[in-house]
This record gives sequence, C-alpha cells and structure tokens, in this order.
Amino acid sequence: MSAPDTPKRSMRTPLGRVRNLGAAHSGTSDFWRQRITAVAMTLLMLPVIVVVMMTLGSNQAGAKVVLGSLPIAVIMLLFILASTWHMKIGMQVVIEDYVHNEKLKLISVMLNNFFSIAVALAATYAIIKISSGV
Amino acid sequence: MALSIVHRATGIALYAGTLLLVWWLVAAASGHTAYATVQAFTGSIIGRLIVFGYTWALMHHMLSGIRHLVWDLGYGFKANEREALTWGALIGGIVLTILIWIIAYAIGGVR
Repeated sequence: MSAPDTPKRSMRTPLGRVRNLGAAHSGTSDFWRQRITAVAMTLLMLPVIVVVMMTLGSNQAGAKVVLGSLPIAVIMLLFILASTWHMKIGMQVVIEDYVHNEKLKLISVMLNNFFSIAVALAATYAIIKISSGV
Repeated sequence: MALSIVHRATGIALYAGTLLLVWWLVAAASGHTAYATVQAFTGSIIGRLIVFGYTWALMHHMLSGIRHLVWDLGYGFKANEREALTWGALIGGIVLTILIWIIAYAIGGVR
C-alpha cells in the first residue's frame, strides 16, 4: 500500500483544466463593430445633414413628406442603426474605464444597453410609421 | 495634446443628444402639435445653443474619429503628423459646424 502521507495524484493533465476556459475568440468583435459603424456614419453624415436641412422651415406635414420618401427613410434607418450601435459600444468602454464597483458597473452596462436599444427602436419605429403613413 | 478626452466628452454628449434626434423623429411621426413643440424648443435660444453644440460635437467627434481610423491603419504617428491630425480635427470641426449653420440660415430654414 502507498505511504499515508503521499498526496493524492490526479491523472488529469494541466491542459484538461484549462481547456474551454480560454479566449472566446470574440474579444475583438466590439472593437471591429465600433470601426464599421464609425466608417458607416462618416459615409452617411453628408446625406443625413442634407435630409435634416430639407426639413428645416417646414411643418410636420412637410417633414413627413421628406422623411417618408424611401431613399431618405433608408438613409435614416442606416444612420440610426450605426449610431445607436456605436454609442452603445462607446459608452460601455467609458463605463468599464471609470466604474470600478462591480455591481454598479453591471447596472451601468445594463442601463446603457436598455437606453441604446430604446433609442434605436423608438427612432426606427418613428421612421417606419412615417413611411407607411399610418 | 489632450484631445482624446475631448473625443470621449463629445461622444458622451452625442449619446445624450440622440434623445433630441429621437424626439424629433417621434414627433414627426406623432402629429402636428408634437412637431410644433419640438420646433418651438429648437427655435428658442437655449434650443439653438444645444443644437449648435450638438452640431459641433458631431463634427468634431467625426473628424477626431477619422484621426483614430488613420492611426488604426498604421499611419500618422510622426510628431508633426500627429500635430497636423489633431489641429485638423479641432479646426475642421469648428469650420464644418459654422459652415452647416451658415447654409441652414441661408436656405431660410432657421428663423
């Protein structure tokens, strides 16, 4: 029999203990999406400014005519998608940099998601409602 | 130059400023009264200042962001290039903002 003070030996190799605990291979996805949305918004900036200018000085009926046109609605939808996604990622970076209390960080990140998605959906719904003339 | 904190600050300002964009779009979808309320606000002194500030934050954040994209691609790291990009973003942001407002006034939209 083995000596009583011999430590219990495991046949598991160190590899078995670390397997599946490594990188999820999605660590750069936010970084990449931040850049995609940034480039998208840079391209969309001039058209969006033109759209806003087209609505200046007109009342709600006039604004509806402008925003309800198909190409303009698509431009606005693309801009809303890119900007809300971009701001969600950006604000999360700011939160993770400055909020060090774990619970507060968790709550802040969650509220950031809620706000960004609410803004995205409200604006998207408004555009679709205008376009469909409901 | 400490412009990266300005990039961050304008980003946070734009985050809050999206509420203005949503308010405008939702009002346009809602009806005449709601839209008139938005116009009354954006036409007021405070409203104009906020929209002007929003315009600047947007223009500056965009140019400053392009500066970051240039760095991401591996260019513009020499001291003089960094300076040029930084000043370009600062001055360009102000110039574009003023240009946009001149055009807005010129087409008679802003009264």
